[in-house]
Amino acid sequence: MASPESAETLLETPLAAWHVAQGAKMVPFAGYNMPVQYPLGIMGEHNWTRESAGLFDVSHMGQCFLIPEDGKYETAAAALEKLVPADVLNLKPGQQRYSQFLNTEGGILDDLMITRLGFAGHEHWIYLVVNAGCKVEDYKHLAAHLPKSVTLKIADNLALLALQGPKAVAAIAAHAPALADLKFMTSTDLPVAGIWCHVSRTGYTGEDGVEISVKNEDVEALANILLKDERVKPIGLGARDSLRLEAGLCLYGHDIDTTTSPIEADLKWSIQKRRREEGGFPGAARIQAELANGPARLRVGIQPEGRQPAREGTEIFADGRRIGIVTSGGFGPTAQSPVAMGYVESAFAKPETPVTLVVRGKELPARIAAMPFAPHRYFR
Amino acid sequence: MTTRYTKDHEYIRVEGDVGIVGISDYAQAQLGDVVFVELPDVGKTVSKGGEAAVVESVKAASEVYAPVSGEVIAVNDKLPDSPATVNEDPAGAGWFIKIKLANKAELDGLMSEAEYAEYLKSIA
Repeated sequence: MASPESAETLLETPLAAWHVAQGAKMVPFAGYNMPVQYPLGIMGEHNWTRESAGLFDVSHMGQCFLIPEDGKYETAAAALEKLVPADVLNLKPGQQRYSQFLNTEGGILDDLMITRLGFAGHEHWIYLVVNAGCKVEDYKHLAAHLPKSVTLKIADNLALLALQGPKAVAAIAAHAPALADLKFMTSTDLPVAGIWCHVSRTGYTGEDGVEISVKNEDVEALANILLKDERVKPIGLGARDSLRLEAGLCLYGHDIDTTTSPIEADLKWSIQKRRREEGGFPGAARIQAELANGPARLRVGIQPEGRQPAREGTEIFADGRRIGIVTSGGFGPTAQSPVAMGYVESAFAKPETPVTLVVRGKELPARIAAMPFAPHRYFR
Repeated sequence: MTTRYTKDHEYIRVEGDVGIVGISDYAQAQLGDVVFVELPDVGKTVSKGGEAAVVESVKAASEVYAPVSGEVIAVNDKLPDSPATVNEDPAGAGWFIKIKLANKAELDGLMSEAEYAEYLKSIA
């Protein structure tokens, strides 16, 4: 059997020792020593999250705030809109939106969550969550492009947990009843079992659930409180990946990168009407042209027939020629079959289109599939 | 009957000039839930250290290397339909292939049960 690559000097989240105490197998990820799985195993953790509630440590992700010096939300929102294609100006206090940092060619530098804080006295603040592997560059990008009137505050003092699954909100609402009514893609600030938290009704699994930003020194206590609930088990990065793949969600560096535009990536929904029309973000010319004429390629779901998974890098063929490539692929425990996503020429992007995958020299029949592979169960 | 192990965690259980090849219990635990197994065609010649089969978990695909050289004379037909057998019974029903050994001396370079147990401790 091939052996995994060895670890170099790695960063740790405040829960590193906690993971080991839970029996986690730790692996390098985005420069951090992270739990890939616990004794339950990837398949068991995946299924537990779909049926009950899974607790994820995502403290490796980058959290930061944009603070307008003049105290006006519009100042911070206008500055951020110069870097992302989402409508930031019209966010209501507490509201959250998914977007992307774009380069001047309309390629994706990173994808991120944007929240207008709803906490009294902080409604002019913008809170961002960015990918671990991109955060250093993202902060440089922000620092280079924000006007002097907007301050970037990197929140290294904050950890981040995700609690995901159909029983996730009931489990956390036992310690903070107001969370039961929080709507999808909104956030609030409140004590959870006496620990001050910023909680968003969001996630990366397709399930209902929350993400909880909490001070580094409080995260272990909070994790222990949540884990005391028998509905909750710790879940590693392995299941996080299979869950998000079944949910049809992009993984930066795999399904999206500096060469893919949000339109090619089928993220058109994340660019609101005003921004599509007005532009004013990096790469707007390309994105408006792709909106008008359709992109040359499109991110799609791919359903291999049979049981053999098609992994990242698998080439996709139709009409006797190469028409695309798989960018994420594996086995979907909920789908009970292999699942994949990738890019194909737009003419082949319609669901049910038959294609051929070539895996280790062998042809594998597959078809283009509508995503998600497991239905989203958000609380709207 | 003797069982020998490779540093890549394959075993070969030898009776006469035929060896049954699979992956060790340690290997299946490291892989996690096996979801797919790709086996070679019967009659294929494999060489020591070369790829003999592929085993896939939820997370990744891994090669299974031939512990010795020889001809594949049988494959475990049950694995493609029930790949979880590799996790449940790696040393028994979860075997991969049977090889007719080309050169029994190749076994000398592999680890005994006791040596493999020591090796696992050394990499723990």
